[in-house]
Amino acid sequence: MELELSEDQAFFQQTTRKFLTAECPLATVRALESDPAGYSLDYWRRGAELGWTSMLVAEADGGGSLSGHGLLDLVLVAEEMGRLVSPGPLVPVNVVASALGRLGTAEQKAAVLPGLLSGSTIAAWCGTRPVDAVPDGDGFVLEGTASPVEVGAQAQHLLVTARTEAGLTQVLVPAGAPGLSVTSLDGLDLVRRFAAVRLDAVAVPASAVVGAAGDAADEVERQLQIAVALQCAEMVGAADRMFEITLEYLGDRYSFGRPLASYQALKHRVADDKVWLEACHAIAAAAARAVATGAEDAGDVASAAKAWIGPHATELIQDCIQLHGGIGVTWEHDLHLYLRRATVDRITYGTPEEHAERIATRLLGAA
Amino acid sequence: MNDDIEPVEDFRRRARRWLAANMHPVSGDPDVRFDDGRRDTERALQRRLWDGGYAGICFPTDYGGLGLTIEHQRAFTEEALPYDMPFSLNVPTLGILAATLVDFGTHEQKLRHLSAILRGEELWVQFLSEPSGGSDLAGCLTRADRDGDVFIMNGSKIWSSAAFASDYAMCLARTNWDVPKHRGLTMFIVEIHQPGIQVEQIRQVDGSMEFCQEFFDDVAIPATDVVGDVDDGWTVASRLLVHERNAVGGGSPYTSGRSSGHDVTRGDDNLVEMARTSGRARDRHARQLVAEAHIRQMVGAQLIGRVTQGVSCRAMAPPAGSLLKLFSATNVMRRYEIGLELAGEAAAAWPADTEPVARRLSELTLWRQGLSLGGGSNEIQRNIISERLLGMPREYAADREVPYREVRRGGTSARD
Repeated sequence: MELELSEDQAFFQQTTRKFLTAECPLATVRALESDPAGYSLDYWRRGAELGWTSMLVAEADGGGSLSGHGLLDLVLVAEEMGRLVSPGPLVPVNVVASALGRLGTAEQKAAVLPGLLSGSTIAAWCGTRPVDAVPDGDGFVLEGTASPVEVGAQAQHLLVTARTEAGLTQVLVPAGAPGLSVTSLDGLDLVRRFAAVRLDAVAVPASAVVGAAGDAADEVERQLQIAVALQCAEMVGAADRMFEITLEYLGDRYSFGRPLASYQALKHRVADDKVWLEACHAIAAAAARAVATGAEDAGDVASAAKAWIGPHATELIQDCIQLHGGIGVTWEHDLHLYLRRATVDRITYGTPEEHAERIATRLLGAA
Repeated sequence: MNDDIEPVEDFRRRARRWLAANMHPVSGDPDVRFDDGRRDTERALQRRLWDGGYAGICFPTDYGGLGLTIEHQRAFTEEALPYDMPFSLNVPTLGILAATLVDFGTHEQKLRHLSAILRGEELWVQFLSEPSGGSDLAGCLTRADRDGDVFIMNGSKIWSSAAFASDYAMCLARTNWDVPKHRGLTMFIVEIHQPGIQVEQIRQVDGSMEFCQEFFDDVAIPATDVVGDVDDGWTVASRLLVHERNAVGGGSPYTSGRSSGHDVTRGDDNLVEMARTSGRARDRHARQLVAEAHIRQMVGAQLIGRVTQGVSCRAMAPPAGSLLKLFSATNVMRRYEIGLELAGEAAAAWPADTEPVARRLSELTLWRQGLSLGGGSNEIQRNIISERLLGMPREYAADREVPYREVRRGGTSARD
């Protein structure tokens, strides 16, 4: 995404790429299709050792980044994961870890952060759409459904957004809490697991509230921006890799005695795809910078990135499939792994249309 | 020189004060029709910049420029955004032709023309395309035959912007017919208003008369007006095209302030306004369209930044400028479509003697493909991207390595 990286960032990117290539090649990704979690805990722990879970958490809390703006380092991981359609709960774990790092009490941090940072425990982020909360003593009783929730069935901790009288409130619910039922869902991506999380009179104490009760709107917005910046980087990685292999294929494959790459009809399509791809890189990098630095227009830039990259990255991969011919729609070829990943990224954490509506709201007022 | 160069922020503060004291504020989108009145206004504005010491920020000091850096120019452009500026001098005069003159002009040519350009006394255009073919630029048929100290030029050029209102042109002509096409061309400086040159304005679909066709009838050009070397005009033309893509794409050090008609980061207030006036500000579909136009504009601005950075840090080859050209042309197509949809029936008929936003928009729609044609068509940009950026095989060319005299030409026959 960024054309110029610091020496530390370039090294981190290389380390991540080497690790993923060696430990989780596409054959492994395919094999994980039948795994209930879609990733191995050992793989995730080793990724955490490389820094995959600590970039958005302050050093004082056990985290630390390379550039001082952890998201700029973390998008490098997301992009590499896109290039190899890697498994692992990068978005939910980092969103929850960063929320706790910013707003968690000392007790919450001590109870949850070490496990998330070391990769031994997992957190799920139940998203921005709130469930209902009714005050109960000094805590709340939660009622409602969040779905689809990434790693909902694998997580030990779930960060839930609830609507209280005073406004949005976020609470940390432990897996296995009475009234909490989590149902695994089948899904499009071979290794990314989602679940439906049902809260049926789940009682949570005041100590479970993250930040101030009723005051979570800005924090929820920030979480959404982080999730979107990461998934945009992942889509860019996936689209970039598919463009690469397609360009190579067009040079190798011959029809009517000449390489496919010599046909102007195809060259022009590839040129259009290249423009889209560079535009995806440009706006994804801008979103990462804006969100990382907490720029005033971060919400706009992140939503613009999602609204642009969502349709264009998936369309670009579809075009790569078309350019491959029949082999492109076989199970054997890897193209569909990338299309699955990009499609899931496109739809989750706000569809392109929903993100466009966020921008329309700023330009035109509420609908 | 570099030791005592003024810090950018000092320059910016000084420019801000000067602009506020000397230039007039302008609101909204500069839609500059290059009529006679506006031409004189822009010359005067350029002269004011010169007198104030703010003309030619990145031009060499030997020829009237300030010899400062692109960062100084960017700072000045940012400060100048609210003011009426000589917008249309940027493209083509400053950003393309003066830039090419800096690269290839002789000392005498630069002395004679550069400071005159910076004073607003000379407006320049490019004489490149010909009626016989636009994309195949090197296949030009306009000829210049050596006769002692002069070349005699005959032929015709087309699609030059506002040649009728300009003073000089850079003109590409064939000087050698016995070599392959790229090796027999020469670039000339041509004074436009002289006997033997006839300039005709072409009426465009939107009623504008900016583009011109020129006819040359035994025009004598002094040999001292050759730019670069004789028969090496393709080198000059290639650089000129690089300057053109830079200037149009927003990455030129030689343009100052906004460039009219080429700015992909142009504001989208008119679409917002149109959604409101048509009572569709709460319509779900209309909201998606307004947002889409805004998103495309944001993406375009980021793409300019990325490609400019990519070329300057050498992560991208210079032909990457074609990515910007193609993006902005296709972006404009979609933008006008969106505008038309938002305007609805208001774009078909409007009260007499009014200038509603919808009217301008429907006229722009007629002109829409102009941006996908000028400065190298979208198809040519796609060839450049696929061949020079991505390394795909080049298109077959029947005229490669063939003396130009022997190349087959359809329709128009060479006058040789």
